[in-house]
Amino acid sequence: MTAHERDWDAFVTLSPEGEAHMDLAVEGITCAACMVEIERGLAAQPGIRKARLNLTSHRLAVDWTPGESTPDHVVETLSRLGYRAHPFDPAQMRERADSAGRELLRCLAVAGFAAMNIMLLSVSVWSGNATGIETETRDFFHWLSALIALPAAVYAGRPFLRSAFAAIWARRLNMDVPIVIGVTLALFLSVTQTIQSAHHAYFESAVMLLFFLLIGRYLDHTMRRRTRAFAENIAALKAETAVTIQPDGRLREVPLSKVAPGEHILVRAGERVSLDGTVVSGRSDIDQSLVTGETALASVGVGDPVYAGTMNASANLTVAVTTASGATLLDEVTRLLEAAAQAKSKYVQLADRAAALYSPLVHLAAALTFLGWWLSGAGWQPSLVVAISVLIITCPCALGLAIPAVQVVTSGLMFRAGVLLHSGDAVERLAEVDTIVFDKTGTLTLAVPEVVETAALNDTARAVAGRLALSSRHPLAAALARATGAEVPLPDAREMPGEGVCATVEGRELRLGSATFCGLPEEAAQAALAARPGASLLVFRDGEGTPVPLLVEQRLREDAAETAAALRQAGYRLAILSGDREAPVAAVARQLGIEDWQAELRPADKIARLEQRAASGARVLMVGDGLNDAPALAAAHVSMSPVTAVHVAQAAADAVFLGDRLAPVSDAMRLSRRARAAMSQNLWFSTLYNVVAVPFAVAGFVTPLIAALAMSGSSVVVTLNALRLRLTAGSSSERV
Amino acid sequence: MDVLIFLIPVALLLGLIGLAGFLWSLKSGQYEDLEGAKYRILQDDDLPDEPDDPAR
Repeated sequence: MTAHERDWDAFVTLSPEGEAHMDLAVEGITCAACMVEIERGLAAQPGIRKARLNLTSHRLAVDWTPGESTPDHVVETLSRLGYRAHPFDPAQMRERADSAGRELLRCLAVAGFAAMNIMLLSVSVWSGNATGIETETRDFFHWLSALIALPAAVYAGRPFLRSAFAAIWARRLNMDVPIVIGVTLALFLSVTQTIQSAHHAYFESAVMLLFFLLIGRYLDHTMRRRTRAFAENIAALKAETAVTIQPDGRLREVPLSKVAPGEHILVRAGERVSLDGTVVSGRSDIDQSLVTGETALASVGVGDPVYAGTMNASANLTVAVTTASGATLLDEVTRLLEAAAQAKSKYVQLADRAAALYSPLVHLAAALTFLGWWLSGAGWQPSLVVAISVLIITCPCALGLAIPAVQVVTSGLMFRAGVLLHSGDAVERLAEVDTIVFDKTGTLTLAVPEVVETAALNDTARAVAGRLALSSRHPLAAALARATGAEVPLPDAREMPGEGVCATVEGRELRLGSATFCGLPEEAAQAALAARPGASLLVFRDGEGTPVPLLVEQRLREDAAETAAALRQAGYRLAILSGDREAPVAAVARQLGIEDWQAELRPADKIARLEQRAASGARVLMVGDGLNDAPALAAAHVSMSPVTAVHVAQAAADAVFLGDRLAPVSDAMRLSRRARAAMSQNLWFSTLYNVVAVPFAVAGFVTPLIAALAMSGSSVVVTLNALRLRLTAGSSSERV
Repeated sequence: MDVLIFLIPVALLLGLIGLAGFLWSLKSGQYEDLEGAKYRILQDDDLPDEPDDPAR
């Protein structure tokens, strides 16, 4: 366990009965056996009242009696069982109960109950109308239907009412406005018909419409929630905490939100700096690749500023916090981010664009129908009945399902391909992309550096160098240790902060570290670096032998070249915008065959470049991972970031992709194009359906029976069309 | 057909019981973890453990 004490109060909530409760994200759960093991393992500990693991969201809820057990004990038990867990900051867990999803499900249940029972009554009336039903029985059935439909519609229609009013308030039209008008008029007409003991009432149409639309709404909601839950887990496991140094010298680990400016935090070697600040004591190297894209390490000492998101490479630092959480980023980044995000919210979703076209047309058609019948002498009441039946038959049942159904199926397919979508309309926007702009560091390359080749060392030297490297937390040394597969560190190895490690073996002094530390002449170092401009130098010397330079660099993602070729073949223009120096960027661009690249860009430059492209009509997908990319990610038409990205970049991106490969990017593009095709097919089908159905309605031929059949028929067709995506995806997703 | 006056409300009542049952199950959190629930039915945690076989 870690040597410091965690400030658990911030993570634990106490129930009124005095029970302590904590939620944790757990890593490494693969199957049901893990669930049983964790729950049994925890329940066997004294003081634990309840431990329940959610296998869907990979979250663990633990209740215990304070005094009999401690949070430390819980985490320790989990790590003994082999699972890494990290508690959620309760401030970030507001959505634990998923109240929106529950409300939709309750509405769905009520609408479903009402639709089925009213349909039972309606079918009796329809068959009765054909075979001669008594007027009293029919009226009784209609009144009963009204009794069920009116409260059910009020209850189940709330989500639509709220959204429709919000839209009208903002002087916009969305899909919910025609829905609310249609349902209200249908109910109103049916009640009037019932009072006059007419042959037909439209209760079942109104409630069924709500039922189908709620299905679409609920699917849409679950899709977003599932991906958001995984994104939150990833954020929690990345441990957004800081270790503060108390005035009495004790260490406490607290969530970032609890650290105030002026406090001192300890940043150990190999950890990420969690907040902006100034170094108070210690010397170290800082890896800024996530912040600026620069791959070379920067050396810092007392008085130097360090920025959140950078990696402390070689030695412990004490940092005085200058800006509190929420303002940790460079002010510029935050400001640009907000401006860019605002610009993006102007994007109008496909469904709302369809609604804006559709509702004036439909309402105009209904009004003209009324006028037509009235002027031709049919009397105002029968004319109104026909006009409302036009509204009911055109009510956007299929339209309401057309897009959510496709989005749900697509997000499921993307999930399997390793892409988590943050926003529902990301699919639409991904499909519109024609240009893909990559960041270099951490996006085209892997975030973890690797040794280029160790052929310069013979086997024994390799092994001993690897063991020596194990004693350092420096990322270059760690790369060497991984490359050599060393497992046993050398005894009494000493680390010199900012220089390297040394150890004495069989009377010879072994050194591993910077060129000067190992006595490699400057010219030799330059010569070694000349071949690979993006690499960093690590030097090994055995006793008085010649120092051996080893090159460490962030390797390209394994399939970067293939993916770039595949994307280019699919017709996308590719470009690189990087904050790194020119030479390494040029090398990567050459390897991938990308001609359009720019290096040494600041965050504002990246936005400017993206805006230039947008102005010339390009729709840009930005793929990036750094703090310096975050504003660009928000400014691009649509954006993705790898799961290794800094938190801000992930929050700004529309999608996150998992794993070490770049293939999810091309898979996402392929899936989104197919989804877009299915969406337009669905919209065209809905239009076609209306073109066929409206003349019948205008002519006054539509009975409630026909309305019910047409509505369910069209909804089923669009849903099946969405599911078709999954059938055809089977063959092509195998290579993922 | 006067019997309909009783039968239909009775049918509705049965439907309402079903609806109430669903709303109750939703409220008691039975839809929180659909993935885990299918494995939990196979667990016998509620039975007393065999003394000679504590960890299976």
